[in-house]
Amino acid sequence: MTNATLLDPTAELQSAERQLTPRLASLSGATVGLLDISKPRGKEFLDEVESLLEEQGAQVKRYSKPTFTRVAPTALLQQIGAECDAVVEALAD
Amino acid sequence: MTTRYALVVKKDCPTCALIEPLIPLLAEQVDGGLSVYVQDDPAFPGNFDAIDDSELEFSWRNEIEIVPTLLRGDGANCERVVGWDRAEWRKFSGIGDLGEDLAPHRPGCGSRTLEPGMPEKLAARHMGFGARKVELAAAEDDMETCFERGWTDGLPVVPPTPERVLRMLGGTDREAGEIIGEVPPDRVPCTIEKLAINAVMAGCKPEYFPLVIAAVKAALDDRFCMHGLLCTTYFSSPVVIVNGPAATQSNMNSGVNALGQGNRANATIGRALQLIVRNVGGGLPGGIDRAAMGNPGKYTYCFAEDESDPDWPSLAMDRGFEREDSVVTLFAGEGLQAIVDQQSRTPESLAGSFAASLRTVAHYKLFGLADAILVISPEHRRVLREGGWSKTDLREALYDRLRVPGQQILRGADGVAEGMPERLRNKLLHKFRDDGLHIVSLGGGAGMFSAIIGGWIAAGERGSQPVSQRIE
Repeated sequence: MTNATLLDPTAELQSAERQLTPRLASLSGATVGLLDISKPRGKEFLDEVESLLEEQGAQVKRYSKPTFTRVAPTALLQQIGAECDAVVEALAD
Repeated sequence: MTTRYALVVKKDCPTCALIEPLIPLLAEQVDGGLSVYVQDDPAFPGNFDAIDDSELEFSWRNEIEIVPTLLRGDGANCERVVGWDRAEWRKFSGIGDLGEDLAPHRPGCGSRTLEPGMPEKLAARHMGFGARKVELAAAEDDMETCFERGWTDGLPVVPPTPERVLRMLGGTDREAGEIIGEVPPDRVPCTIEKLAINAVMAGCKPEYFPLVIAAVKAALDDRFCMHGLLCTTYFSSPVVIVNGPAATQSNMNSGVNALGQGNRANATIGRALQLIVRNVGGGLPGGIDRAAMGNPGKYTYCFAEDESDPDWPSLAMDRGFEREDSVVTLFAGEGLQAIVDQQSRTPESLAGSFAASLRTVAHYKLFGLADAILVISPEHRRVLREGGWSKTDLREALYDRLRVPGQQILRGADGVAEGMPERLRNKLLHKFRDDGLHIVSLGGGAGMFSAIIGGWIAAGERGSQPVSQRIE
């Protein structure tokens, strides 16, 4: 199947590429979620990330996926979206 | 070397099969030689090495409608014969005894370039667009992509493929590159092609496109004040009212549930205007659109007037047009307020109901700020007709009933702080500015209900005036 082509309906003031979500201006006072995907040693890695983030004034919340083999459940994604300003997903092994 | 003759054929055409034996002879004898283009099976004709035109580019560029077509020369000087006509082919080729064994005349078959959907596909493939193309990755869903890129009003849109946009452009004679105006708030020059892209997304049929163009032209008229209307914290947004034959031709609803859901033209024409302001103008809710609450009509707010009663002048006629003119009128309006009156059997009584309800537009003690549209149902129109009242009689009666002494509606009167300033205490105040009350008629045959579409509280020259635009 060939890839679809669409014509841009906008005034083309922005890049045709998909836009990134706006970045945080500062970590100070931000709530950052750390998502452990449940691979071995993910906890140790995230403990380190957590202390680095806290040094910069961020408040950290920890989450984990039930299994690394599947995408995170919708309820967990919604919870992180509602509670956090940013999220770091940990890959470890 | 330029080929002086070209022949376009397809295997799946009995007339092409009929003339197949003539092809080597033609190639040998015509000046400058012959190229044969075959639209379906490159193995055809069996007696000549043909050029594969199954992608149809040669056929499309040469506007082939019938096969076989024999061409001579190229560009503007290109001449042609279509189908099989022995006398014509002999004259055209200069071969005096061509096709002696064949029937003198056989019509050809349709060119593959004209198969359903093919003209748009070919045009999309071979023509240029002003708008940039957004190529999706293989796993991207085209509908989801439109959401992710912020192109929708919250509901799904029809993905604007080049083929669909070309079909939409077929709905108008205007050039795709024509600039129709600058769309607020970003004041971006907007082409007919950009309108077509957004009309596709809104779900319009190409036959609605002239109505969309007229609605956009009206919105861009300085008197309408689209920029301010978008920025306001008030509820209002464009309301699109269609009068004249175009409404019927587009199968618009002016009857049962005319202000509700369910009619494609009503729904998509109004939506196209909103998408154009959103996508081309950059008018996003929470960005430049600062509405405190908004109103559900900001998805789409478009309807036709019931013009079945020849004695009842339409809104467009009130505004100087003729019954046979097709006209779009834009009004800066908010949601709908009901007027229930199941008891009035005289125009006087009904006018009293209308006036008392109209008085509450924006606030019962704020006068001269907002315009309004009074939407009269067929049953209420019957009460007026049976009482011998014309639309003008009703307008005059409402005018009289919507004047009050300033002291009754001052700030603080009735213990309500909102109201008119003290300096107007001794004036006689009018609820609506001159020409600020508009009357349309629509709706189903049952229900003694009329309605009010309240206007923006910046009516007139300091804000928005209704604008009518002829549909061309």
